Amino acid sequence: MVREITIGQYYYAESVLHRLDPRVKLMGTLIYVIALFILNNILGYVFAAIILAALIKLSKVPFKYIVKGLRAVLIVLLLTISLNLFLTPGIQLVHFWIFTITAEGIKTSVFMALRLIMLIMGCSLMTLTTTPNNLTDGLERSLKFLEVVKVPVHEIAMMMSIALRFIPILLEETDKIMKAQAARGADFESGGIIKRAKAMVPILVPLFVSAFRRANDLAMAMEARCYRGGAGRTKMKPLKYRRADGVSYVLMAFFLAGVILISRFGTLPFEVIA
Amino acid sequence: MALNEIIRSKDLVCEYITRDEEGNVESIKKAIDGVSIDVKAGDFVAILGHNGSGKSTLAKHLNAILTPTEGTVWIDGKDTSDPENLWSVRQTAGMVFQNPDNQIIGSIVEEDVGFGPENLGVPTDEIWERVDESLSAVKMQEFRSNSPNKLSGGQKQRVAIAGVVAMHPQCIVLDEPTAMLDPNGRKDVIRAVRALNMVEHITIILITHYMEEVIYADKVLVMDSGHLVMQGTPKDIFSQVDTLKSYHLDVPQATLLAEELRKSGLPLSPGILSGEELVKEICQLL
Amino acid sequence: MSIIVNHLYHVYGKDTSRPVKALDDICCEIGDGQFIGLIGHTGSGKSTLIQHLNGLLRATGGEIYYNGRDIYDKDYKLKDLRSKVGLVFQYPEHQLFEITVFKDVCFGPLNQGYSQKEAELRAFHALRMVGFPEELYYRSPFDLSGGQKRRAAIAGVLAMRPEVMILDEPTAGLDPQGRDEILEQISRLHREYKMTTILVSHSMEDVAKYVERLIVMNRGRIVFDGIPREVFRHYEQLEEMGLAAPAVTYVLNDLKKAGLDVDTSGITVDEAADSICKALKSAGKI
Repeated sequence: MVREITIGQYYYAESVLHRLDPRVKLMGTLIYVIALFILNNILGYVFAAIILAALIKLSKVPFKYIVKGLRAVLIVLLLTISLNLFLTPGIQLVHFWIFTITAEGIKTSVFMALRLIMLIMGCSLMTLTTTPNNLTDGLERSLKFLEVVKVPVHEIAMMMSIALRFIPILLEETDKIMKAQAARGADFESGGIIKRAKAMVPILVPLFVSAFRRANDLAMAMEARCYRGGAGRTKMKPLKYRRADGVSYVLMAFFLAGVILISRFGTLPFEVIA
Repeated sequence: MALNEIIRSKDLVCEYITRDEEGNVESIKKAIDGVSIDVKAGDFVAILGHNGSGKSTLAKHLNAILTPTEGTVWIDGKDTSDPENLWSVRQTAGMVFQNPDNQIIGSIVEEDVGFGPENLGVPTDEIWERVDESLSAVKMQEFRSNSPNKLSGGQKQRVAIAGVVAMHPQCIVLDEPTAMLDPNGRKDVIRAVRALNMVEHITIILITHYMEEVIYADKVLVMDSGHLVMQGTPKDIFSQVDTLKSYHLDVPQATLLAEELRKSGLPLSPGILSGEELVKEICQLL
Repeated sequence: MSIIVNHLYHVYGKDTSRPVKALDDICCEIGDGQFIGLIGHTGSGKSTLIQHLNGLLRATGGEIYYNGRDIYDKDYKLKDLRSKVGLVFQYPEHQLFEITVFKDVCFGPLNQGYSQKEAELRAFHALRMVGFPEELYYRSPFDLSGGQKRRAAIAGVLAMRPEVMILDEPTAGLDPQGRDEILEQISRLHREYKMTTILVSHSMEDVAKYVERLIVMNRGRIVFDGIPREVFRHYEQLEEMGLAAPAVTYVLNDLKKAGLDVDTSGITVDEAADSICKALKSAGKI
């Protein structure tokens, strides 16, 4: 089940999008999200969808792969659609039992669904084309200004990258411990909630013990390699803007301008009636 | 003090104090008790001892992870208990630990090797040079853009060694680097360590309980309950089979066989270390 | 009573683009009361195989019969199989979780459905079987030394009174003394309780000393299955698989090549010493 979630995973490919500076991609994602919330008419959604489709094409990530990411949030999606569908007041179209469907309801729920789908696809596209390390670096650099207000940006970024490195190790370890306890007759599948929660103790205790041991070892290894926080550190792979990055920023500005224009003047005549 | 001594300790004592919940001292255990050693620059020194003999505690003193309770440790002439020297000591004497998983920080091999130089503030271009050199010194270039999670134990350990080499240390302390590896991984790691010693002339301190790994050392130290109990060349040490056994160490099979044959009257020289040596000596009898 | 493995296959990641054949047509029979060594380098499939024997992994093809019954039968209770075939994983001390050693050892029997009293009785017995020091029964398992932790963990499996005991590299990471103690203990258990025992190991020297039958795996297949001295005759093929025969086997074979008419079947130091002495005597050299 864990394997099915594609959000947050990296998909290796050689593309313009992969080569862009992570800061550009972070900013791009932010602008795209803002744009989705400014949009209020059909033309705008079509515009945003075309841009997204073009970007996906450019990234060389298979379309199917990105759609798979939607599965993980299917429930949220359905919930949003139905809430909007049934709870928006307006001109009544259909009525049965306690449910009322209005024209406004249909409009908002469709828009909401499109908005969410594009939002998730846009964010997945960013994580799929950016390695976790690169992403952490990008976040660290983009949020550097927060250090003025004493936010330990470097430390948070370091924590993120260590966490990313240890997730597969801890997953494997969990699997090993589960098997070892199963070999001693432990049963994780039957019984009520309380029994199942209790059955987790023989897994969680060793897992915690091991996580602490690893943390201790790793801290020692980092110190032994002269790690002393962010000050005075250089970077092996420093982030450097290239031409493509500058071009991307300009395109983003155009995109945002386009979105604002469409939302002001692009409402089609029949939309007003609905 | 002689100039070519890279590591020196004098009357080193390390006490572990355990306290109960109220903070009262429950017991004091001397993990190291009066150890004095000298290591010449460029030497390959092996430290043997069973678990709990104090050998790992000694190793941690050489990198200033621990500082002496009593006595002094000098690394390249610098006193490790002086906080001013902390970072230069750690740069001079790099350290490799037992568990390969718990000392790799980067998510990509080359990034992990670059971690040390980054901490030292080495300029970017030079980091890349150092990473290239270090990975080729341990023969791991082809894995440079892999995730460490996909490597075998022996490969991970060689990445860890490359990470230390990239800091340009004069000396590398390896604390049981092969204890968790399979025989093939063990061989690869030892081969890499020997190459660093012979080609790059880096001083090596290898802590281990596998005897086959120490036969190439210039000097062997044996520790038992916090004391330094034997020191000498591998030949000296392995000619004392019974003493070694009394410290719960085991002796390579070839050495045991030679000893056994000597006891039954064969005129073999003491301290035979390898099978080839034994075969050669027996052939001379023919 | 026996385990019969019949054309067993296991493929990891069957539905992915890159499936890995971990077990490839494994056939063998494990007889009652045998002491078997299972050898192979990392990734040879030995860990996968043993996890099939107690039903933790399900084969992608083939059958396993335990005492004549197919364990993949719909009404066969795998939970019962797991208490009959005890499996001690590598680094078993990492599964300890209770407040005291004693409670931890009770975990298995309690899961089997025994009363508290009966479970405690079995725990006592198991701890005594592995020679665990009585004064440590009520200590936290996390305060013990490496060797003691491992004993406690082995007792945790023994307390379930299995008929077959499988140990996956029970000596990994221990020092020579700890290793010898654990192996002695396992061998004693086999002698005294006639328990069928499968010892998974990397070390030929260890295995040569104790087991009566040796199964060698390579790339998911069984390549040799026989008594140790027969298997070690193929020491050159073992080498190609990244394994090695005991060091004395090499000495004996090298001597033979050098022209000494020596019996090369010895696999322990004593046997080798004997045959070398004999050969030298009959050659009139001593």
